[in-house]
Amino acid sequence: MPSTDQTREFPGAKAPERTGSIDSSGLRLALNEWGEPGAPVIAMVHGGFDFSRTFDVFAPMIAEAGWRVVAWDARGHGDSDHAHLYGWAADVRDHLAAIQSISSEPIVLLGHSKGGGQLLDLLDGRPSLARAFVNLDGLPSQFSSPDVNDRERRRMRRADLASGLDRRRRRAELTRRPDTIEGLAERRQPMNPRLTREWLEYLVTVGARHDDEGWRWKIDPVLHLGGFGPWRPGWSLDHLAALEMPFLGVLSGVQDDPMGWKSRRGDIEPFLPPGGQLEFYDDIGHFLHIEQTRFIADLVLKFLEPHR
Amino acid sequence: MMRRTEFLLNGSLRLALHTLAEGEGRPLLLLHGLGEQSPMSRPEWTSAWNGPVLALDFTGHGESDVPVSGGYTPEGLMSDVDAVLAEHGPVTIVGRGFGAWVGLLVAGARTSHVHGVVLFDGSGAVGGGSQPPTPYVNVLPASGTTKPDPYALLELSRDPRPPDYALDYVRFILEDSEIENPIVVSARIRPEWLAAVASDIGVIELPLEQAIESFA
Repeated sequence: MPSTDQTREFPGAKAPERTGSIDSSGLRLALNEWGEPGAPVIAMVHGGFDFSRTFDVFAPMIAEAGWRVVAWDARGHGDSDHAHLYGWAADVRDHLAAIQSISSEPIVLLGHSKGGGQLLDLLDGRPSLARAFVNLDGLPSQFSSPDVNDRERRRMRRADLASGLDRRRRRAELTRRPDTIEGLAERRQPMNPRLTREWLEYLVTVGARHDDEGWRWKIDPVLHLGGFGPWRPGWSLDHLAALEMPFLGVLSGVQDDPMGWKSRRGDIEPFLPPGGQLEFYDDIGHFLHIEQTRFIADLVLKFLEPHR
Repeated sequence: MMRRTEFLLNGSLRLALHTLAEGEGRPLLLLHGLGEQSPMSRPEWTSAWNGPVLALDFTGHGESDVPVSGGYTPEGLMSDVDAVLAEHGPVTIVGRGFGAWVGLLVAGARTSHVHGVVLFDGSGAVGGGSQPPTPYVNVLPASGTTKPDPYALLELSRDPRPPDYALDYVRFILEDSEIENPIVVSARIRPEWLAAVASDIGVIELPLEQAIESFA
């Protein structure tokens, strides 16, 4: 039976110490911060269908080690404005607006999943933004694509196109389906099968909004997974090879996790920038920083030690 | 006739759809190039078309609304054309430059509602080329109402258009179409994607007026 308690706690989870917003050409992006305001800055960029509060355990751990952690919600995600239009390039530009609003000096950047892939693009065009870059399972590889023949790939693209257009036709009437905390957590579980129900229920209370009908995810209902157009993973690897700042890449090797690009060490190593560090864990899923928070935080902190 | 304008909704954005010529039957839909807008009157080259002649101002262009903070993609702007299909039913498309690219995409995505597409010269035909160009990331001041929207010009002139991606849409069209030659290339300028489309065995090439006549 669902609980009537509309709050949830999770061990180590800590709400942001400061909140604010960033203007990206008229679009408001919600910003969250943990740690001392005068500490060295690390900016964290979340992945697709996530939001900055998914760092609620990871960010405090980094902050406790003497960093000011800043994270923002992508357009249409979390507490940021829903946009008229969405696209990879627009997300990348929003990241630039956010980073420029935080510091005029190079800072440390960390991206998870799609956020990591987008930072690869940003840093190829704007390398002076970062003095170090951490990428958590956001290294797309063309070599690890599922074994799909051309006809099947076209069929999938076509189905995706049609459903995307249908969704946009119905945009005015689209809403996120209301549910209980337990119900929303259960519906998210297929995306995050390796994460605990306790965490997912906590996530509902910070990533969904409560109204008379129940809880609804805040994410814009017009958004859906995929839909990258002609984008292909190999393009991001070119950006990886071009990096000139200290780099740490962390890959999940769990092949049956429904999220992530499934890149393997051998896919990425040939594209590592000089001096780049790559770690591969075949027993941690795509959401490494949530599944093994302490372990990944220690790995990141050790990498960052010379870059304080 | 002076053009008549109606406004369609795409989400919360208003799209301007102009009727350049009245008529019975399936409309001819003109899609302008990047940074352009719909013509004020019926172009001479449409004279063989007896049905209505419509022209759409893409989002951020002409009399259509400007979105907040860009986010333009050709795939996203397919929904502009889809709003016309939802309102007016099946059409034949003539696209100029960037409009030719979107015309091809939407013809592939809505095969039952696009009875033929003509790909013609115009601005924005090349996009970012077959591979993404070096990232150019810049935040522009909030424009509000400036048209064409600077973000449209920035983002839609840099989107990659790999030939094999274009050919996927050619396949979608050819697999479904009941017309013998549903894709006609009239453009003389051929970026890689368009050269690939033109060389496909199911695609024919005709001068613009003949191309329109072939669908009339």
